[in-house]
Amino acid sequence: MSTHNHPTDVTVTGATDGVPAVFTDPGIPHHRDRQSDLHPAAEKRAERQVTLLFGLSVLGTIGFLVAYFTVPPGETVASMRLSNLLLGLGLFLAMFAIGIAAVHWAKSLMNAHEKAEDRHELRSSDTTRTAAVEMLREGTEDSSIGRRGVLKGAMVSALALAPLSVAVPLIGEVGEDWDVSKFKSTMWRKGTRLAIDPSGRPIRAADVTIGSVVHVIPENLSEAEHPLDEKAKAVVLLVRLDPRDLKEAEDRKGWSYEGIVAYSKICTHVGCPVSLYEQQTHHLLCPCHQSTFDVADGAKVVFGPANRPLPQLPIEVDDEGYLVAQSDFTEPIGPSYWERLR
Amino acid sequence: MTTTTSPAAKAAGGTADYLDQRTGLGAAVKGLSRKIFPDHWSFLLGEIALYSFIVILISGVFLTLFFVPSMAETDYEGPWAAMNGVEMSEAFASTLRLSFEVRGGLLMRQIHHWAALLFMASIVTHMMRVFFTGAFRKPRELNWLIGFTLMILGLAAGFSGYSLPDDVLSGNGLRITDGVVRSIPIIGSYLSYFIFGGEFPGQDLIPRLFIVHVLLVPAIILALVGLHLFLVFLQKHTQYPGGGRTNTNVVGFPLFPIYVAKAGGFFFIVFGVIALMAATMTINPVWNYGPYDPSPVGAGAQPDWYMLFLEGSLRLMPGQGTEWVIGGYTLSLNVLIPAVVVPGILFTALAAYPFIEQFVTGDKREHHVLDRPRNVPFRTATGVAILTAFFILVLAGSNDLIATQFDLSINDITWTFRVLFFVAPVLAFWITKRICLGLQRKDRELVLHGHETGRIVRFAHGEYIEVHRPLDDQERWLRVSQEPNRPLEIEPAEDSRGVRRKGYRKDVLRQRLSRIFFEDRVEPVTPAELAAAHSHGEHDALGSVHQTHGGANVPELDQAGTDGVPTVTAAGGGRRLAEPETPQQGPGADARNH
Amino acid sequence: MKALAARRHHRLAPLVLLLLALLVTGGLYAALAPSPATAASTPTADDVATGEKLFQASCATCHGLNAQGTQDAPSLIGVGAASVDFQVSTGRMPMQANGPQVIAKPPQFAEEETRQLAAYVASLGPGPAIPTDEMVDPSKGDPANGMALFRTNCAMCHNAVGAGGALSKGKYAPDLRETSPVAIYEAMQTGPQSMPVFNDATLTPEEKRDIIAYVDEQRAGSPGGAQLGALGPVSEGLWVWVLGMGLLIGCAVWIGAKSS
Repeated sequence: MSTHNHPTDVTVTGATDGVPAVFTDPGIPHHRDRQSDLHPAAEKRAERQVTLLFGLSVLGTIGFLVAYFTVPPGETVASMRLSNLLLGLGLFLAMFAIGIAAVHWAKSLMNAHEKAEDRHELRSSDTTRTAAVEMLREGTEDSSIGRRGVLKGAMVSALALAPLSVAVPLIGEVGEDWDVSKFKSTMWRKGTRLAIDPSGRPIRAADVTIGSVVHVIPENLSEAEHPLDEKAKAVVLLVRLDPRDLKEAEDRKGWSYEGIVAYSKICTHVGCPVSLYEQQTHHLLCPCHQSTFDVADGAKVVFGPANRPLPQLPIEVDDEGYLVAQSDFTEPIGPSYWERLR
Repeated sequence: MTTTTSPAAKAAGGTADYLDQRTGLGAAVKGLSRKIFPDHWSFLLGEIALYSFIVILISGVFLTLFFVPSMAETDYEGPWAAMNGVEMSEAFASTLRLSFEVRGGLLMRQIHHWAALLFMASIVTHMMRVFFTGAFRKPRELNWLIGFTLMILGLAAGFSGYSLPDDVLSGNGLRITDGVVRSIPIIGSYLSYFIFGGEFPGQDLIPRLFIVHVLLVPAIILALVGLHLFLVFLQKHTQYPGGGRTNTNVVGFPLFPIYVAKAGGFFFIVFGVIALMAATMTINPVWNYGPYDPSPVGAGAQPDWYMLFLEGSLRLMPGQGTEWVIGGYTLSLNVLIPAVVVPGILFTALAAYPFIEQFVTGDKREHHVLDRPRNVPFRTATGVAILTAFFILVLAGSNDLIATQFDLSINDITWTFRVLFFVAPVLAFWITKRICLGLQRKDRELVLHGHETGRIVRFAHGEYIEVHRPLDDQERWLRVSQEPNRPLEIEPAEDSRGVRRKGYRKDVLRQRLSRIFFEDRVEPVTPAELAAAHSHGEHDALGSVHQTHGGANVPELDQAGTDGVPTVTAAGGGRRLAEPETPQQGPGADARNH
Repeated sequence: MKALAARRHHRLAPLVLLLLALLVTGGLYAALAPSPATAASTPTADDVATGEKLFQASCATCHGLNAQGTQDAPSLIGVGAASVDFQVSTGRMPMQANGPQVIAKPPQFAEEETRQLAAYVASLGPGPAIPTDEMVDPSKGDPANGMALFRTNCAMCHNAVGAGGALSKGKYAPDLRETSPVAIYEAMQTGPQSMPVFNDATLTPEEKRDIIAYVDEQRAGSPGGAQLGALGPVSEGLWVWVLGMGLLIGCAVWIGAKSS
């Protein structure tokens, strides 16, 4: 730059004399030749490497085919794993080697001089724009739509209404009968026996010892028209606590049987099956979002994103000693929804 | 054109002639074949997404030939002992069959799923690249939106496919979806019926998801990918700053042959890596989860990684007092806020950012040279803050695994993340901004003083100096070519005749935002500063103390470098607001002199 | 060695190191893979007497001189031999430190001593006995039924293949893949700590054996390759980022770099 002034002479303003306002672009950096540009031997070597890599890919494909024909998945985990591994490695080699070969070719053998290309403004020129506007105007004029208001209205209405012929039946049918009040009831009725999920064995009160937990379905679940739909609402968790540990609301005193309580297994948050029962704390944890309910205290929420306690299923014992429901749940089970309390 | 004689060349020429006479293909080949693309590894991130999508299509076609999208019940008989005689849906049974009985079926299934995870991972990484380098600026805002839509569609494609095998894990995911949908006010229950064809789980869901997964979503993705690439071709690729790279050119290598080989080769590399993963690592072992049944659930119930943030958001929300009953209707804020509002805000911010930035800068020019992330600290910090929030949610979605792997209490982890979700993004913003400003200052220092060589020289009079090697033109240009971003200066509220101007309020808002964006900044070195530093630099090199020269603005870099930010207070007359081209005395130098 | 030193600054060195690290981890894992264990025989009066002495020496401080329980520990009258065998043979008892839950560790008593302790406690009151070899033989169980039962009763805490999972406040359900069939049976029967009890009415002995058969089958691993901890989508996501994106970005850097 400038001459080496004595430091004390320097000021910024002084230095601006003859100095440009902005830096100048040094331009595209000089091309530096690669080994393969300079030495024919290096070029030959690169060529050999690329050829070899393509050859490797061919070997991979052959390996894949050999594995396909000679290594069946079989019946054991080990044979399945071997089949998968060999096929996968063959495919890996077949593909990966082609890729490496092509890139290596481009990098080492193809012309490596950088080129510049001009950009042009994307915007159309003013004359083009004017011509386009003029064309649209002419077209509108030709169609004479501007002068025929009623026709325009008729066309718009026809186009707007026509999709209804697809949309109405679609919306009509897509939600089955649209009867969302089904959320409110399950298949539990007075006298329905509680049965073990998935075997369907009915449960005697005496079978449930303190500290046990039983995953429960209605005994007649398999008779339902759509068992999975019903199961999704009816699953219950049965727990027996020491009656001294159990805190019960006045109006629910009759809902349990000698410390056996039954709660809906469907989380009141977003509907996961809440089923991690910790025997010592009597806490019930949902593995999906960690809502924690206190089974000893009306399944109240003690942690996590759920807001409401799990609905309780009132139970009693029938003449043969089996546990049965007193009625359906007294509130909708599962997550909240807009018209839940309506 | 009579020099070629080989039969192959003749045939090729004949075909080309045939096609050109009927399509005018020649023009397209002439226009495209030697089109220039800039070379940089980060420009290949989007290609990973494209190629994993192609791998998804290939393996997906394979799978559809064996998969039965039906919820009809059947009894499984086959090589998988733990499932023998178990009642399950056709969908699940056919998934087991294509995994265990179709040769190569398991490999294809694992390729499909790994490729799907990779597809989303590369989309996110590509988006980060575009965001942090400012590649979304005019004229590419529309392509940003297309890319954003592609990401959302990727989520839809992934989620619908993940649920197809009808296993317990994905079934519980659907049940959560049902719970979230039901929480939507007024229409929630009906929307649930709309999706499931009645009550959950119903009989219709798998066939519906199937058509969404194999036709609807991929068709839209394919169309938008086409549009996305068309716009890249039309607008030409952006390039990083550097010598000879200007806003009116594009420097790089021609499409044919360099990128045909490099990009084409990269497709095979991507396919190869996916095949390697599918060969060696199990993914989504549905045979462990079993056919869907509404009663069971497994520990570690999580969705694929790209949906984890939603899961985390749901896990973090405290439930107490967040369900309101208004006039007998239930409003579940404990679900609505984490599952709808939080992702809504994150995604809207992401989609709208280019437009927000454009409003703030008032910049309507085309930008084809990328920003170095450090040169736009506010944007970079915003991006890192959004990513941090996303990352916290992802971790929160894995809180049970964190608890078991690191022997922690799940309740403590949840509480920690509840706090971090609010604190960490702010911290990340602040730290990133400081780092950016620091890097910019380092750039200035380099330009002004050159590289340290580690060579110490002793002068005759006993002083020691370290020899600094000045930057070469290319190195310097990289560090000085950016335009400084400064807070906007606006027209006064009243014109010369004292009439209140229209649009003044909007301008004030714009100015305020602009100050938030650009108040803290480090400006690039000007030639004048460099000239000063050179002469001053000799003096600096001699080890003397900095001197400030009578009222002139000498950049005191050492000071700025140690005591933090050269904060510019924009309040106070707005004297530093954008002034046209007075580099030596202008706002630039002033901005640093604090 | 010189060649190695020269190349350690090569730009591919981190990649090579990463691959090596992965290989070593995989190899170590394979080498340290689980091995099965065995069960016990019938007790005598001698056993009870020796067991009582052992109890007085090592357990009575917390459980009381007559195993009646104290403020610190529960009564052991009526817990049965199964409970003692489970707690002692898995090293959970005697307990060493207070924590969210009692953790398994190398057993403090020899097999013989464990049997004697169990015999003593069993003599105090009727309770579940240690299962016979036949009762826990995986080859006699039906893994398909076992899986159905496992899914409903166990997977929510122990994970779909028994890899373990989190409970509240730092407690956890342990990994079952290295637990002996006897211990699994005893745990179901006695419901240690947070675990609920699965008595013979709620899960019959045959059903318990089916569950053991299913858990045992998990030792064969996965047909798809490495199980990635069998932790589900989170670990899959981690691997796709670390390995998938890692490798591909590595390749991209190579493609974008100027060749020399």
